[in-house]
Amino acid sequence: MFSFIARRLLATIPVLGVVALVVFGILHLSPGDPAALIAGDHATPQQVAAMRSKLGLDQPLWEQFGAWIWSVLHGELGISIFSNQPVTRLIGQRLEPTIALTITTTIVTVLLAVPIGVIAAWRAGTWIDRSVMSFAVLGFSFPVFVVGYLLIYVVSMTLGWLPIQGYRNLGDGFGPFLIHLVLPSLALGISFMALIARITRTSVLEVLNQDYIRTARSKGLAMWQVLLYHALPNAAVPIVTVIGVGIAVLIGGVVVTESVFAIPGLGRLVVDSILSRDYPVIQGVLLIFAGVYVGINLLIDLLYVALDPRIRY
Amino acid sequence: MLAMHRTFAGLLALAGCVTFGTASEALAQKKIIRSVPIGALKIVDPIWTTAYITRNHSYMVWDTLFSLDAKNEPQPQMVDAWKISPDKLTYSFTLRSGLLWHDNTPVRAADCVASIRRWGAKDGMGRALMGFTDKIEAIDDKSFRLVLKQPVGFVLEALGKIDSNVPFMMPERIAKTDPNTQITEVIGSGPFRFLKEEFVPGVKVVYEKFTGYVPRKEPASLAAGGKVVKIDRVESVYMPDAAVAIAALGNGEVDLLESPANDLIRTVQNNPNVFVRPNDPLGYQLFMAVNHLYPPFDRKEARQALLWGIKQAEFLEVVIGDAKRYQECVAVYGCGTPNESKLGSEALASFNLEKSKALLKSAGYGAQPIVLLDPTDNAVLHPAALVATQTLKRMGMNVDTQAMDFSTLTQRRASKNLPSQGGWNVFVTNATMTGIANPVLHTYSMNCEQAWYGWPCDKRIVDLSRQWALELDAAKRKQIIGELQRVHMENVTYIPLGQYRSVIAYRKNVKGMIASPSLFYWNIEKE
Amino acid sequence: MTIATTATDLLRRHPSVLIGAAILCAIMVITAFAPWIATHDPMAIDPMVRLRGFSASHWLGTDALGRDVWSRAVYGGRVSLAVGLAVALFATSIGLAVGLVSGFNRVADAILMRVMDGLMAIPAILLAIALMAVARASVTTVIFAITVVEVPRVARLVRSVVLSIREQAYVEAATVVGSRFWRMLWRHVLPNTLAPVTVQATYICAAAILIESLLSFLGAGTPPEVPSWGNIMAEGRTYFQISPWLILAPGLFLATTVLAVNLMGDGLRDMLDPSIARRM
Repeated sequence: MFSFIARRLLATIPVLGVVALVVFGILHLSPGDPAALIAGDHATPQQVAAMRSKLGLDQPLWEQFGAWIWSVLHGELGISIFSNQPVTRLIGQRLEPTIALTITTTIVTVLLAVPIGVIAAWRAGTWIDRSVMSFAVLGFSFPVFVVGYLLIYVVSMTLGWLPIQGYRNLGDGFGPFLIHLVLPSLALGISFMALIARITRTSVLEVLNQDYIRTARSKGLAMWQVLLYHALPNAAVPIVTVIGVGIAVLIGGVVVTESVFAIPGLGRLVVDSILSRDYPVIQGVLLIFAGVYVGINLLIDLLYVALDPRIRY
Repeated sequence: MLAMHRTFAGLLALAGCVTFGTASEALAQKKIIRSVPIGALKIVDPIWTTAYITRNHSYMVWDTLFSLDAKNEPQPQMVDAWKISPDKLTYSFTLRSGLLWHDNTPVRAADCVASIRRWGAKDGMGRALMGFTDKIEAIDDKSFRLVLKQPVGFVLEALGKIDSNVPFMMPERIAKTDPNTQITEVIGSGPFRFLKEEFVPGVKVVYEKFTGYVPRKEPASLAAGGKVVKIDRVESVYMPDAAVAIAALGNGEVDLLESPANDLIRTVQNNPNVFVRPNDPLGYQLFMAVNHLYPPFDRKEARQALLWGIKQAEFLEVVIGDAKRYQECVAVYGCGTPNESKLGSEALASFNLEKSKALLKSAGYGAQPIVLLDPTDNAVLHPAALVATQTLKRMGMNVDTQAMDFSTLTQRRASKNLPSQGGWNVFVTNATMTGIANPVLHTYSMNCEQAWYGWPCDKRIVDLSRQWALELDAAKRKQIIGELQRVHMENVTYIPLGQYRSVIAYRKNVKGMIASPSLFYWNIEKE
Repeated sequence: MTIATTATDLLRRHPSVLIGAAILCAIMVITAFAPWIATHDPMAIDPMVRLRGFSASHWLGTDALGRDVWSRAVYGGRVSLAVGLAVALFATSIGLAVGLVSGFNRVADAILMRVMDGLMAIPAILLAIALMAVARASVTTVIFAITVVEVPRVARLVRSVVLSIREQAYVEAATVVGSRFWRMLWRHVLPNTLAPVTVQATYICAAAILIESLLSFLGAGTPPEVPSWGNIMAEGRTYFQISPWLILAPGLFLATTVLAVNLMGDGLRDMLDPSIARRM
């Protein structure tokens, strides 16, 4: 077990290396010049060149890459070209909203999707199955920003139940914090429930077809008891896997949701930075995202061992 | 079970990264304006960048020696008294007493000298002024002087300019920063203090009333006059989504939108708690830049064909959509400015497709593709680029509209390569009226290599602009402007597409906004 | 039992494949005949009739540039479907190749899978936006960017199928007996991988159509002049209170398509071995 964890940890190094190389390569291949953007419309070419050299952007690419990797190895992610602040500080400021949104969305998605999946599996092949699954897929069929607008229009503007936009720190009180997260996580949850509902349905269905479930049924256990105490726990492994893989997809959705609901998270930070070519910030955030993704998948592998005695390493 | 596990882990993770929130109880007593700015503030240094969001931010924190009043005349702001020597070469300035930096140290003449030097190394008008300047030096703690090599007419206009880069006064230690390096300390002597701890670049910036500020006695007028602060705190939070921002204003979640989306204004027009009105007296000018280096627009006839083929109203309708807020205007230095002229502008003012096509033909245009740059992430310039596409197509041109983000455009437009090899033929962009209102400020006041993107070569424009800068007689200045307008139109070095005003939208309990291209938060009250 | 009857029998038991295919066909026909169904040139700008409501000349009104919404929605299907189908095709074929190579070769596996893991670790949308910044914005670039994002997922799936098949007794036996590699690939591996890959392809197709719209939303999608369901919605989103049809018209088209593609995918999956379905 211990050596398994050690091996898995070591395996993350090349993955993060690939991420670093890919991200750096893509960004510096792309046109666009932060120096020109900063210097503004009235700057002369000489001024733009001076700005570029001050920012270190006139160095050979491999030297820029080397310098960046060197600082990353020392726990430094560099300084933002635009705001002149350490990337670690910028990320620190934006971490809480994104983590909060990801967690609440995961909860909302599971709360929506698992019951749908279980009901569909329970009534597999019937119109109930088809209609609840179609409902789940319908949520996935609209881009998340459209779902967001519809929710804002109905829940906030027409009914006046929830705030339209914004984010409150957890430090400002749990109530306002949670109220501001309801709509964004619902919008994202509706978009992602199909993914998890589908895998829940398949997994539960598979378990329901096994002998011990039939035995339990024949012993006179009610269907809901069978579903809740036998089928669902045994279907947990694949569901957890999909949630893990889904985190990367979810982070993509978070980017859009943060823009719609004016949430000051990491997603907006990185999209802004890509559009303005703030290289250190993009590199830093994507490296963090990749690290989180790798970390979560490592955790999930460990959960496998805990959840399913058949899996050994 | 699992879900619960995750919930619990999630709460733990959250508990671990709680940031220090602001004490909401104490804030409840204060008068706070929650506003949505024109863009995301990331850069705090108004000399390092020309971005307007940075300029607007800087008016909160820093003060200026002179500033323009509502009549566009420079008035003293930090300066108490000034003297111009009889030979018009030496300007001596004395500062007002009681001026304090936000760290409560007094403002000294040496601070101002350093600030002017840093600005003079970056800003277009500043560089022009420095070109005529012999020396600038402090006389004592309260006064300094600027000595010119030859008399020029725009010293006070330059020091009071409201367009980027504005010569803001900073403490000497900050002003000594290399002009190509961004400053790190945001300490000024302006009416508001910048709260460093609450600054989230690209999202949120918070200011507090600076209690040590002594406003002038005159009433506020544009950027001039007394900057009397009547609120305690301004929370400026950028919202990327225009529709959500206006909905939040309708709901009262925010107090003020500095630039609401033009088409969405009608959604709050019937809201009894919301006011919408233009706040910028002059607004913006839209213009088309063409590349003079390559065919077909290296030929004057092809450029003149554009003038006959353009309908300004189409651009303005798409960008603004409200005829009350735009006007067709052919004046290179803007309509409604002291430098408005319409000499020799018939081609642009009228539309004649046959004439346009004939001119294009005489320029030898076949069917080669015209590369048009389209910044898709810009809400004003992107629709304008699509209208430009349509305009050129109508003239019979083969248009290759290339979509890109604005960041890429700023690099592409600087390329002198062939249009087919990473260069370009045409793009549409805009400028604030205050930024083009005279020949020294204007985008196209230089020649060939030194010229702005498009690189028009017409020595007459450089000479006339210089004459204007040196001319002290108002009537002669006006004559030079007319000649400049005629030359611009004859050689087609600059193609105005009309001008428009933006609006602000705010809750009814907010009062006292000063009309200005940059929204100021002094004089504003909240009931 | 002939192949034909097997097929009809399967379809009777899994009608969703049929329904999905029928809907998809209908939409493809509409977009194929766009020049006859549309009432206007979808790109023609008319600044003087912006943001108008329903009328005889503009059935679904006009957008912010005065373009006809109905015509754009109809033409938009061409780009959206092209993106969906092309990405599905390219991502699955490249993913299949990568997956097969790494399933059979240990050295290649070590390298390829690290690269795939690295690509997968970058959130899909962000990787796609970054890729969009490299090349000129065009439909081809969008297809390329989304393909790069989707390839690793297919490669992983194929690799796992190959590994599990290799472990199975009959394949091992076949290898030992000395039957040739290509024969094994043809006889055992490809038939077993094609099925799950086909199912995966339908999901990728649906996802690609959606990712295209999110890219447009973030300002890095197909050039806005060319209509696609995604960028019509992205461009029209600001007007959701004034002209809801700007979002709803392409939105309903897109939702129907995604729903149809998903129905096909789910049906195909149910038709296949549950052990394969498990990996979906």
